[in-house]
This record gives sequence, C-alpha cells and structure tokens, in this order.
Amino acid sequence: MLGLNKKDFSLLLVVAALTLFAPFILNPFPEGSGMAQFNAGYPDLMQRFVIFGIFAIGFNILLGLTGYLSFGHAAFLGVGSYSAVWMFKLLSMNVIPAILLAVVVSGLFALVIGFISLRRSGIYFSILTLAFAQMSFNLAYSVLTPITNGETGLQLTLNDPRVLGQSATADGSIPVTSLFGLEMRSTFEMTLGPWLFQFNAGYYLCALILLLSFYLSIRIFRSPFGLMLRAIKSNQTRLNYTGLNARPYTLAAFVISGMYAGLAGALMASMDPLAGAERMQWTASGEVVLMTILGGAGTLIGPVLGAGFIKYFENIFSKINDTVLHGWFEFMPDGLENLIVGILHPFIGKGWHLTLGLLFMLVVIFLPGGLVEGGQRIAKLFRRKKPDDAGDNAQSTPAE
Amino acid sequence: MGILEVKNVNKRFGGLQALGDVNLSVAENSVHAIIGPNGAGKSTLLNCLVGKLIPDTGSVMFDGQSVLGRTPYEINQMGISRVFQTPEIFGDLTVMENMMIPCFAKRDGAFRLHAIAPTDDEKEIVEKAERMLEDMNMAGKRHMPAASMSRGDKRRLEIGMCLAQEPRLLLLDEPTAGMARADTNNTIDLLKQIKDERDITIAIIEHDMHVVFSLAERITVLAQGTPLVEDTPDNIKGHPKVREAYLGETA
Ligand SMILES: Nc1ncnc2c1ncn2[C@@H]1O[C@H](COP(=O)(O)OP(=O)(O)OP(=O)(O)O)[C@@H](O)[C@H]1O
Ligand SMILES: [Mg+2]
Repeated sequence: MLGLNKKDFSLLLVVAALTLFAPFILNPFPEGSGMAQFNAGYPDLMQRFVIFGIFAIGFNILLGLTGYLSFGHAAFLGVGSYSAVWMFKLLSMNVIPAILLAVVVSGLFALVIGFISLRRSGIYFSILTLAFAQMSFNLAYSVLTPITNGETGLQLTLNDPRVLGQSATADGSIPVTSLFGLEMRSTFEMTLGPWLFQFNAGYYLCALILLLSFYLSIRIFRSPFGLMLRAIKSNQTRLNYTGLNARPYTLAAFVISGMYAGLAGALMASMDPLAGAERMQWTASGEVVLMTILGGAGTLIGPVLGAGFIKYFENIFSKINDTVLHGWFEFMPDGLENLIVGILHPFIGKGWHLTLGLLFMLVVIFLPGGLVEGGQRIAKLFRRKKPDDAGDNAQSTPAE
Repeated sequence: MGILEVKNVNKRFGGLQALGDVNLSVAENSVHAIIGPNGAGKSTLLNCLVGKLIPDTGSVMFDGQSVLGRTPYEINQMGISRVFQTPEIFGDLTVMENMMIPCFAKRDGAFRLHAIAPTDDEKEIVEKAERMLEDMNMAGKRHMPAASMSRGDKRRLEIGMCLAQEPRLLLLDEPTAGMARADTNNTIDLLKQIKDERDITIAIIEHDMHVVFSLAERITVLAQGTPLVEDTPDNIKGHPKVREAYLGETA
C-alpha cells in the first residue's frame, strides 16, 4: 500500500490515528478535576509535539542511518523560522510560501555547512557542526541584526509591506497566519460532559505535514539510498573498497535532515510568527539529539516518541509542584508526608531536567535501542507465551 | 604486458624501507601468489595497489592506466576488488543486503541518489544478489545479520561481494589467516572454482604454503621489501634463496 510493506503501512496508520485523535487522547481527564493539569491536549502543546516530531524524524535520517552525530541542527531550525517570518513580512500571511522558502533556504544552508563538516567524521564532525551552529547563533544575535532583529527577535509590524496581503487588518491590527484564509489560530471547542476537547487548525496542518514527513522517511529508510546510509554507519572501509563514495551520500542525508529542521522551524513561525536567535542555541541542538536517542535512533517511530516524551515532560511534568505533591500524599501522617515531598522535591517542577536526565541515563544504559526497544521487549514477553512465533522473523527487519 | 604492472615502487615509513624497487607483473587470468616472511612488505605493496598508500616513487598500472593518485573507490570502479585480512563486511546488515550493495555499486557507479522506490523493487539487483548468494552457497542465510556468522562464512560472503562487482583483478590479503583447517579448505575450493568459472585475475598474499601451492600459477617471493625471485610453484619449492629467506628468519 502506497509503496510500503504491510508492517510499515500499519505503522503509518497508527501514527495517523494517533495524530488525528490527539485532542481526545491527550485530554483524558475532565476539566476542573485534580488530574486536569496532566492534560496535554491544548493547541499550543500539541503543535509543539508534532513540530518537534518532524524535527526529530529528519534528524534521525542523519543520526539513525549514517551514524553521524550533528550538534548543530538547531541552526537549520532557526534559519527556517527566520525565512518564514520574512515571508510573512514581505509577501503574505499564507503559510505555504513561508514553508517553501524555509525548506529551500535551510537546505542550501545545510549544503554549505555539511560540505565543510563532512570532511571529517566522528567527534570532529560533531565539533564542526557545533561550531557552525554557535557561529550562526552569534551572527543572528549581533552582526546580522538587520535580518534577524538581534536580541529582540524578528517580529511582524504594521509597517511590513506584505505585497500579496495587507499590512494591517481593517481594525488596525497585525494580520494572523493562515492557510488560504483558514486562520491557524482558529480552534473548534467541543464540550462533552465535563470534558473539553480543542481542535485547532494549526495543529491539524502540522499533523498532516508530520504524516507526510513520516511517510517520506519510511520511503527513504527502505530505499537503496537508505541502504547505502546504513552501510556507511556499518563499515566505511568496505564501502570505499566496494567502489562507493560515502561523501555524497552523507551530504545528501545531511541536507535532507537540514530541510526537515527548516520545515519544523517554518511551522513554529507559522503557529506563532516570530523568530529569535535562541532557537539556534546549542541547547536546542542537544534537545533533538536527546529526543532521537531516547526514542530509538535508527528506528522509524522512535524519534516521534522521543519528541513527544520530552515535550510532555518539559510542559507537564514541570508543573507538578510541592502543593500538588502535598495533595497526593495527604492521607499520610504529617511527618511522613513532609519527608516524601522533601525527597521528591528536587525531581519535580523546575527539577524536571534532573528526572529527565536520570531517565535518559537509564534508557541509554539499559535500552540502547531507546523506548522502541523497550516496547519490543515488552511485546516479546507477551509473544513468548505463544509457541512457534519468535525466532526467524524477528531478525528480518533491522530498522523498525 | 600483464594486467597489473608495478615498476620500481619504493615506500618508506620514516627510516624503514618497507618497499625497495619492487617490480611485479601479473598476467591476465592467472593466479599470482606473493609470499614472504613477516614484515616483508606484502601488505604494504597491496595497499599501494588499491589507493590506501601512495608509493614514494615508481608506477602502478592497471590495464594500461595508472592507479596512483586515485581514491580507493575510484580504483575499485576500475575493476580491482580487495579482500581483507580480517573480513570487512557490513556487520549490521543482513547477508542479502550485504550482497545487494556491490550489485548497486556495479550498476550505478560511485553515487546515485535513488531515495524513493523500495530496495526490494529493484528486481535486477535482487535477482543478481540471490544468484551470487546461491553461488556462494549462502542462500539459506540471507536474512541473518552478517556479523552473527562464522569467520569462514564471513570470508565467503566478502569474496562473494567482491565477485558481485565482476572485478578483473581480485586481491586477497591472507584470506585464510586464523581459519580452522576445514574453513581453509573450503576457501581453497571456492577460489579454485572462481578461477575455473570466471575471467578473473587473482593476486593472493598468503603464509599458508598449502593454500599457495594449491592455487598459484606463479609465485613472487618478497623479503625485506624486495622481490627475491619470481617463478612457478615447482621451481619455488626447491629454490635455495627462498629456503634461506624463510629458514633464515625462523632459525
Ligand atoms: N603505516 C605504517 N607505518 C609505519 N610502518 C609501517 C606501516 N605499515 C607497515 N609498516 C612496516 O612496514 C614493514 C612491512 O609491513 P607489511 O605489513 O607490509 O608486512 P607484511 O609482509 O604484510 O607482513 P605480515 O606477513 O606480518 O602481514 C613492517 O616492518 C611494518 O612494521
Ligand atoms: Mg600483512
């Protein structure tokens, strides 16, 4: 189906269903209940889930397939955002031209940085990409102020030309981003008893693009090009002595993943039309590395899981504070309650980084294949109960 | 004129003269063995042929064209394939995938971006890889990860991968080193079969005299970076200089 084998096609269907029903799935708790703070089904956060999912899917084409670890991919994210905002300033508030320009510009940018960085491999490659990204960050922050608006960040104003649109709306405010008139911020709210579900146009655009990106990445994984990329990761010596030139393959992978990052950056700007230099900082580059490895580098679905996991932590786990904990452990005697809250205190709220760090360490040490490997192990436990099933088909598809 | 012509090749590593005025001519469609004690410079010579090392002086011509200054993948595309002392295969990939890669390299050259159609749709490549695996007697192992095979099978796969590229010259660096007797004999049989069935020139470096005398039509003896003699196996066996080079080392 669609040029995919049965297994990959079902995976695509699962992802499609998850993204389509995300407003329900992420909002399991009724409004106003104690657990409502764990609901993640609001537009802003759902958009972030899928946008970072796209970023990580692209990053995985480089890291997961070729094994080249880039520490500078946030630079392409930033370039995508700046390009998109410029399109909103100069052309119109339609997101399509903004996305197209962002993908092209970040692709060109990746071509230059990749061409230079890929002269080295291993740690030297990582350091080169890191250096380039920090250079881009500093340029955006200071030297390139006319293009990036420096510290303040690039924003829309009432004086922007917007040649195919309008500089200001009838009531004198800045127009909002849209897809041929469909406003990205428009949200349909549905109340079902105590539950509130929100369906946001921007989210569904991002989700659709995530599905397309995911589909493209499956095709790349299963193509001869993907095979060559895995061969590069496996044994470059044999590749060279098989008459193949690794450099154009790695460069192509680098550019493709840079374009995915630019696409993610453009979507960020399409949801909220501003772009700042901090989007290019090394911490942002590190985040996508974590997402990919946590979810499972080299697996199809891993990066999406990793992105969702980390964004959920960042936005939801960080909201648990001492008051919430006291609420949970109320039933205990006071002394014990205070002790437990005291122990948990460093791991919650602002301490979510600490918890995430510990989880990351556990995953890397015990599940080198990331969350996907965890899932596979659990599935195997269940399958072992059925006779005659394990064994030979487990090995046939290395990239899941 | 041989298919491979090495003239006056010198290679120094610091103060060490690893190769001194090496001249070698390998005739087309022959099996040519290069033997010599440890440190004689055999691997160094081979590395000069495939672009891993560049000789300080001299020339290396393959089929009338110089290989010097070309990268390993360019030299490979000219028709020289190489088997390594420890098998170099794509350990993370399946046996079938391993075999498909040289088939792609043969058909598409050093780089071609086909990123959309599934690998399995490349009928021509799949069929050729299947055929090669059958020739190598490994069809049953096609879904195994290559790294999980025995050393003998890895060697067999590596040789098969080289042959899939239909090279004109196959270079082998101690293909049976560290192998059990049975695996060694399998490898000898495989190489014999290859030489009988294909138009191919084989140059082999080997310590195991049993292997050398089972296969070689000509033998060059290298000692301290210089060829001592070049002759047929029968003449080499009794040659006093050869005995001296070998026994002198060990005694
Ligand atoms: N890259 C290098 N740098 C410095 N010296 C080297 C290098 N490669 C080889 N040598 C030296 O050159 C000499 C020839 O080495 P070479 O590996 O060619 O020998 P060989 O005939 O293949 O021996 P063996 O039978 O042990 O494989 C040795 O003394 C070795 O130490
Ligand atoms: Mg050697």
